[in-house]
Order: sequence, then C-alpha cells, then structure tokens
Amino acid sequence: MNGTRGRPALLLHLMILVALLGLQFVLPPFHHGMTARIMVLATYAIGYNILLGYTGLMSLGHAMLFGTGMYATGLAVFYLEFGAAGALLVGIVASILHSAVIGLVTLRTTGVAFLIVTMMFAQVFYLSLLYFNRVTGGDQGFILTGHLQPLHLGGLQFAFSDPAVKYNVALATFAVCLLLSLWFVRSPAGRVLVAIRDNEGRTRMLGYNTFKYKLLALVVSGGISGAAGSAYTLLFSYVGATFASILYSIYPLLWTLLGGAGTTIGPLVGTSLMTYLVDTASEWTRSYLIVVGLTLVILIMKLPTGIMGGVRARWWKWLP
Amino acid sequence: MAAVSPLLQTTGLQKAFGGLQAVRSVDFRLDRGEIRAIIGPNGAGKTTFVSMISGRISPTSGTVRFGGRDITRVPAYDRVALGIVYTFQIISIFRNLTVFENVALAAQRRLTTDLASALSMSRRAVAERVNTALVDVGLRDAQDQHAGSLPHGHQRLLEVAMALALEPQVLILDEPTQGLSPDEIVGLVALIRSISRNATILLIEHNMQVVLELSRRITVMDQGSIIAEGTPHEIEANPDVQRVYLGR
Repeated sequence: MNGTRGRPALLLHLMILVALLGLQFVLPPFHHGMTARIMVLATYAIGYNILLGYTGLMSLGHAMLFGTGMYATGLAVFYLEFGAAGALLVGIVASILHSAVIGLVTLRTTGVAFLIVTMMFAQVFYLSLLYFNRVTGGDQGFILTGHLQPLHLGGLQFAFSDPAVKYNVALATFAVCLLLSLWFVRSPAGRVLVAIRDNEGRTRMLGYNTFKYKLLALVVSGGISGAAGSAYTLLFSYVGATFASILYSIYPLLWTLLGGAGTTIGPLVGTSLMTYLVDTASEWTRSYLIVVGLTLVILIMKLPTGIMGGVRARWWKWLP
Repeated sequence: MAAVSPLLQTTGLQKAFGGLQAVRSVDFRLDRGEIRAIIGPNGAGKTTFVSMISGRISPTSGTVRFGGRDITRVPAYDRVALGIVYTFQIISIFRNLTVFENVALAAQRRLTTDLASALSMSRRAVAERVNTALVDVGLRDAQDQHAGSLPHGHQRLLEVAMALALEPQVLILDEPTQGLSPDEIVGLVALIRSISRNATILLIEHNMQVVLELSRRITVMDQGSIIAEGTPHEIEANPDVQRVYLGR
C-alpha cells in the first residue's frame, strides 16, 4: 500500500508467468497438454476468487458464467462463422452482461441465500441448454472442428490443434486475467471489496454503496470466468452442457479454497493440485472422488485458509 | 442566531420498534459550529435518534433536513458523502487491516467520484490524507500495526481518524469516552475541541465532566423525547432533568 509493498508481489507474479512460459519447452507431451488445460481452468478459478476470496460472496452458480462464455463463443463460431478473436470477445461481453443481470437480482441476498439463489439460476441455465437442444446440442454438445479458422497474426497462421498454440493461448489468457486480478484487488475498489468482506455494515457507514461494489465484483468475476469458458472452447474445440452443470460450479470453489481464497495465486495452486490429484487418484481407483474428498478434508483441517493463505500467514505477509 | 437556518434539523422524527416507541416525535435543530451534547439515561433513545440522522435506521415518520435539504430518504452511504459521519458506540474497525489501511478506506472515499476513480486514484493523495488524520489523532507511529492489535484507547482514536479522513461537516460521536482511562479522556476532549474548529459535533456522552467541558448547549432525552435543552447551567437547574436524569 505504501508504494514499496507492491513490488515483491508483482515480481512473484511475473516470475510465475515466466516459469509457465519456460515450462512448455521441458514438459513431456502429456503434462504439456495438462498444463494448458490447468491454466484455462485456473483462469476460471481466478474469476471465482474475486467474488469468494475478495468480496466474501460464495456463489454456487459460476458454471453458468463459465458456460455463458463457452456457449456464446461456441455458437458464434458454429453458426455465425466468427473468427477466434471475435468469438472470444462475444464470449466475454455475453458473460459480463449475464453477470450484471444475475447480480442485480441475486445481490439482494447474502450468505446462504446468495449461494442458493445463484445455484438456482445456474440450474435454470443448465436446463435451458438441454431444453433448447436443437441449437445447443443438448447434453451431447457440439464440436467446432471444421468451423474454427486458424488464428491469423501478422501474416502467420496458428491452428488451435497445434499443442504449442494451445499452450500459449492458454498462457496468454491466464496471464492477462492473473495480472488483471492482481491490479483489481489492489485498486481502491479492491480494498473496498475486502472491507465489505470483513464488515459490510461498517463499509456502508464509510460512505460506500456496497451494492454497487458487489455488482462490480460480480461483473469482473463473471467476465474472467466467461473468458476462461470462451478460451476453453476455442482450445479444445468442444462445447458441452457438462461445463454448465453444478459440478463445474463446485470445482472453482474447491480449487479456490484449496489454493487459498483471497490470494491472487491461490487459484493456480489449487487448480494444479486438484487436477493432478484427480488424475493420479483415477489411475489407482475408479472411486477417485473419495481420495479427492479425503485430501480436501485433511487440507482444510490443517490449512483452513488454503495453501497460499497458510504461506501468507507464515512467511509472505505481503502476498496480495 | 434565530435567523440563521440550521445545519441539521429534524421535525416530528419518530421510530417505533414493534410496540416500543424508541423515539417519539423529536423536533431538533443543530447550528453550524456547535458542539452539542445529547445526554439521557440508558434507553432514552439517543442512539436510535442519531442513527436516524446518520441514516443507519430509517424513521417511522418525520423528516431530517441537512443544509436545508430533505435527506429523510437519502441512504446512509450518500449522507456520508454529504458530510454526516457517524462513529460507532461499539468500536467498529477493520481488525485485520493495518491502521493505515483502515484510514485509507475512509480517505479514498473522499477521492472517489466515479467508476474510473474507484479503480485508480493517486496513492499519494490518499496517503497525504491518511497522514493528516493520523497525525491529528496521534497514531502516526502505529500506522503499520494491525488495527486489532491496538490497545482499546488507540482503537477509539483510530475510529476518530477514520471519521476525520471522511472530512465531516457533522461528526456524530456515540459515547466516545466509553472504556477510556482518565488520561485518555483528557486527550480525547482536546482532540474533539480541535476537530470542532472545522466540523459541527453531535456528542452522545454519559461522562458529565466531558459534557460540561465541551458543550455550551445540552439536549436531554428521556423515554424517546427531548425533555430539556439549554446551557449547562439551565440544564442543571431544570427540575425535570433533576428528576429523571440527575436522580435528585
């Protein structure tokens, strides 16, 4: 806050991004693809964390916002032959608008009521995707292969089927959203959100219209989540209702809690760990969710503030 | 004095919680530059009354006017922007944030005009305001401490610093000396007096020594109504006050 405190944090974030950039040259193909996927999902968790970690609002409906980005982009490519950049923009704008509308209704509630109302809206969205299956492909979804043109950048062509393109587009999405979230949570508005999280009544008596600030948080959160959904569709050429189901509302919650809600790099840490945990556990047993659940219970009991929350409490007090 | 329009005025202000008449039809006026004390026994409705002025509680009926404007329906956060600032009876600070960050939250509110300024503003401008407020209350050296770790008296001062950073026109202090040591009370009285050079002060207080030292006018409430108003001398001589409040 006093000028010098921001520097180690920015440096750490840039180092993480440089490490991710370098990692693609040493990773074997399987882990290369896995890391690309993790970066996109971690972007989703970054969006979720803005709301849960920095504003104190627990949503169980974020799959609807991830899904909005995914479907808006997917439909724009499939039916309207949009290019990648245009479709990404459509996805982000759609999810921002969707968040704003949802926020105007759901932010009248807090706590458990907010959780339930967001979940209900997400179920409506999910069921609508199934109901309008002639457009959305229902639970089968649809694939974009053959519809999505390669990305043109300054005379060069990049096909999304190329692993290197996949990795770097994922990295770019992640980097932009990570730095955006770092900037946002350290902005004056971000400090107000933390104040709302800690004591909303007091924040109002400091002259802040807390409803507007929470709406801003939800829109930023939804925009980032939607960008992640949009990028996911472009990279993996698939749009499916699974990604709008309740499971995909629970995932970012788990990723964020595990990595550390209210820390900017917690989402990446949590998503990486969970994704690899699921992968490793499913090699041993088909009921891998038990292993995942147990690990989570242990972690939450030992580290209730998540991994990066624990790191902050013990060593890196400056962690944003 | 009578010709000047009051800074703050309530007309028929009333609040009922179910069957309980917490405040019944209060007509009250506060002039610019005053230090007004509101005294009265516990449950007299003092906090409810000032809460309707600050907007934390909306009245059952009646109006609140500030600077000639009807603000009865203006939400609390907008009243803060107008200059009506309330400091809590029960200390209410952000315990997990540092002293600096607590005051910065208040200071940045004054610099927030639109979405762009909420997202990016001069850190130096905020820091200057924080610094001024902290110097005023004498907490400059504690600025990097966590607010929750401060001793009680300093938390009270932090609360006042947050109020100052909001640049109040009317500062409502709800039992500010509660839980302070005699030495700390002396310091706080001096602080309130210096604040009053720039702001009108509405003070709820039980400590009569503090009231007599600071106020030239006192309002006495009992059972939701104002039963007397006047100079300390008049109040002491008032038989109603003696009966309900001074217990003679």
